[in-house]
Amino acid sequence: MKRIMLGNEAFARGAWEAGVRVVSSYPGTPSTEVTETLAKCGDEVHVEWAPNEKVGVEVAVGASMGGARALSCMKHVGLNVAADPFFTAAYNGVTGGLVVLVADDNGCHSSQNEQDSRYHGRGAGVPVLEPADPSECKDYMKLAFDMSENYDTVVLIRSGTRMSHSRGIVEEGERVEREVIPYEKDFLKYVAMPAMARVNHVKQEKRLAQIAEDAGKLGLIKEEMNDPEIGVVTSGICYQYVKEALPEASVFKLGLVNPLPLQDIAAFASKVSRLYVIEEGNPFLEEQIRAAGIPVHGGKELFTIQGEYSANMIRKAFGIEVPETEDVNAPGRPPLLCAGCPHKGLFYVLSKLKTTVMGDIGCYTLAALAPTNAIDSCLCMGGSIGMEHGFEKATGRNDNLVAVLGDSTFIHSGITGLVNMVYNEAKGTVIILDNRITGMTGHQQNPASGKNAKGELAPALDLASLCRAIGVKNVFEIDPFEIRELEELIKAETSRDELSVIITKRPCAMIVKQTGVPNVITDRCKNCRQCIKVGCPAIGMKDGRPYIIKESCVGCGLCARVCPFDAIESTARGVEAGRGDE
Amino acid sequence: MEKNILIVGVGGQGTLLASVLLGNLALQKGYDVKLSEVHGMSQRGGDVVTHVKINDTIVASPLIEKGEADIIIAFEKLEAYRWLPYLREGGAMYVNEQQIMPMPVVLGQVEYPSDIDEALAKAASTLVKFDALALAEEAGSSKAVNVVLLGAASKAMPFTQEEWMDVIEKYVKPKFVELNKTAFAMGQAV
Repeated sequence: MKRIMLGNEAFARGAWEAGVRVVSSYPGTPSTEVTETLAKCGDEVHVEWAPNEKVGVEVAVGASMGGARALSCMKHVGLNVAADPFFTAAYNGVTGGLVVLVADDNGCHSSQNEQDSRYHGRGAGVPVLEPADPSECKDYMKLAFDMSENYDTVVLIRSGTRMSHSRGIVEEGERVEREVIPYEKDFLKYVAMPAMARVNHVKQEKRLAQIAEDAGKLGLIKEEMNDPEIGVVTSGICYQYVKEALPEASVFKLGLVNPLPLQDIAAFASKVSRLYVIEEGNPFLEEQIRAAGIPVHGGKELFTIQGEYSANMIRKAFGIEVPETEDVNAPGRPPLLCAGCPHKGLFYVLSKLKTTVMGDIGCYTLAALAPTNAIDSCLCMGGSIGMEHGFEKATGRNDNLVAVLGDSTFIHSGITGLVNMVYNEAKGTVIILDNRITGMTGHQQNPASGKNAKGELAPALDLASLCRAIGVKNVFEIDPFEIRELEELIKAETSRDELSVIITKRPCAMIVKQTGVPNVITDRCKNCRQCIKVGCPAIGMKDGRPYIIKESCVGCGLCARVCPFDAIESTARGVEAGRGDE
Repeated sequence: MEKNILIVGVGGQGTLLASVLLGNLALQKGYDVKLSEVHGMSQRGGDVVTHVKINDTIVASPLIEKGEADIIIAFEKLEAYRWLPYLREGGAMYVNEQQIMPMPVVLGQVEYPSDIDEALAKAASTLVKFDALALAEEAGSSKAVNVVLLGAASKAMPFTQEEWMDVIEKYVKPKFVELNKTAFAMGQAV
């Protein structure tokens, strides 16, 4: 049956049809829906959220060694975290098929960089497949499992925002169950010691050469000969832009971007007058094609390494006219923390105290924007803790300085940083925002949320006990909407010359039912605009005065708590709107 | 047949359901269709866009470029304005008159543009502007804005009444089907 599928759903469908048995991933936009979709399958697939990508890949490697087909999915920066097991598993090879899916984010829609994961695939020495539409997402996933077993290699599938988050028509197939391959000890394959690694490295080089030779046979190259004047080598989503912009051109579409089938590319190049390489990101294909002595007429001198491409960008580079439209000067609409978001209470206080805040990766990064402007840095998962420690060691300052990170981010990569702070006698303050969910990626469970990837009850990690066990003496738990107590606590702990952890506890506004009864601003309002400083999407301005947007207000009451004139009340009490309201 | 439809709004307004309904309609009619959408950070109250490209042969790129949209369905007025350069000559716009102030406007750093109505009227050959939120509330839920707007825009699309009803029945949660059918009819009546 044909269905409309998101690229990520198609990847999941492909893995399911291929008989995958174990999936272990950490959520990360734009990769998350692959694992979420698989979590909705039955018991034929074990699907779990790992605490981070490194653990996810290790679980998948173990599952493959145990004889099952296994998958781990992540965003591009997640592959950095998983690089350690990934690079060595790439030497060892597999027993059951082992696929790693990585989703890049050209254009930085939801990420801190535009890292090009093809280099990780090449560096690790694994084949990298890059599909160009949702249908290929499914097909390539199935092919990746077969290749993994046939060539005894880990396979990397590279997606991206436009691939993972586009929908298209996909033909569904049946699942083929696969028996778990019986385990036989093979320490020369799986014990990565120097003597074994040297041997496995040689095997790896051989299979890569074989895969490059077999690319055509595997259906991973497609040569579309049209006008022989212009020949374009391309892959992935760029193939679609090329087809749209240059329908007359000859195209060499790569489904395999590592190792490159350079002989086939050379043969194509010899049939066209001018060869172009069109790829988003770095000149990964182009440099290798040039290095092989194949003349490239146009590559990165025509196209940027930044952002996303489009058909019009290609048309313009080839001098083809595009429709001219008048530009508009529309004010930006930066994203905001949601109405009712528990983080708002904390950042209102940190903004008020002008605290130096080492931030981290999560919804709360949005507190860096106006009106709170409450974050000084954001680097990587868990990075806030190490950075705060380094900042303190450099400046000798620990007053009014905090690290801020979410529950899931703390579990992902913050725990080791906190161990370091205890061990190396830090005096700083770490604030863990415990909202019982992994928020920004769309509300996935985590080890502290009390549920597993399938939504079943699971043990919940007690963060306060964990911090005490590490050796933190001053551990506090507080509701971030108790802003006066929170302010006093932050002041006290950031002036104490000892390490402290403050855990703000309030569930994400998207996962608990809110009262839904909107507040109103009554005529006690003196237009001091403290409520605006909360940064709530449910508070607007009209005729120079704040008012509450009743369709957006969830009734959390934080604005009422910050109002110095007690002018904001719940409509549940039958209060009429005042002059500040609509 | 070729239809490029942009669905634009503010994160959280339900633009994704509208595109899923459209995509499935196209599939049922045997067209090729591609959709491209925004997930992640922007969904938190930022501007969001879904591209819907329908073609009776093949859709290559999932993205609609400037000057290529046949139809823009805007869930909010400023978003209609933002995406105006994407409308082709002779294109149609269906606009919810609701205004949601972005934070820089709330903070007084910039003004909500005052010339949106003129700009839309100048650019669009067909312009249908109405309070979709009020109609959605009348139908039973402010969340039905998406289907009210689809109802209004349905006149510019190659699908029959039966096909629309069928896709609503299939892809909307059972307990909201009647509400959405009502909302769709109210949009059609605009």
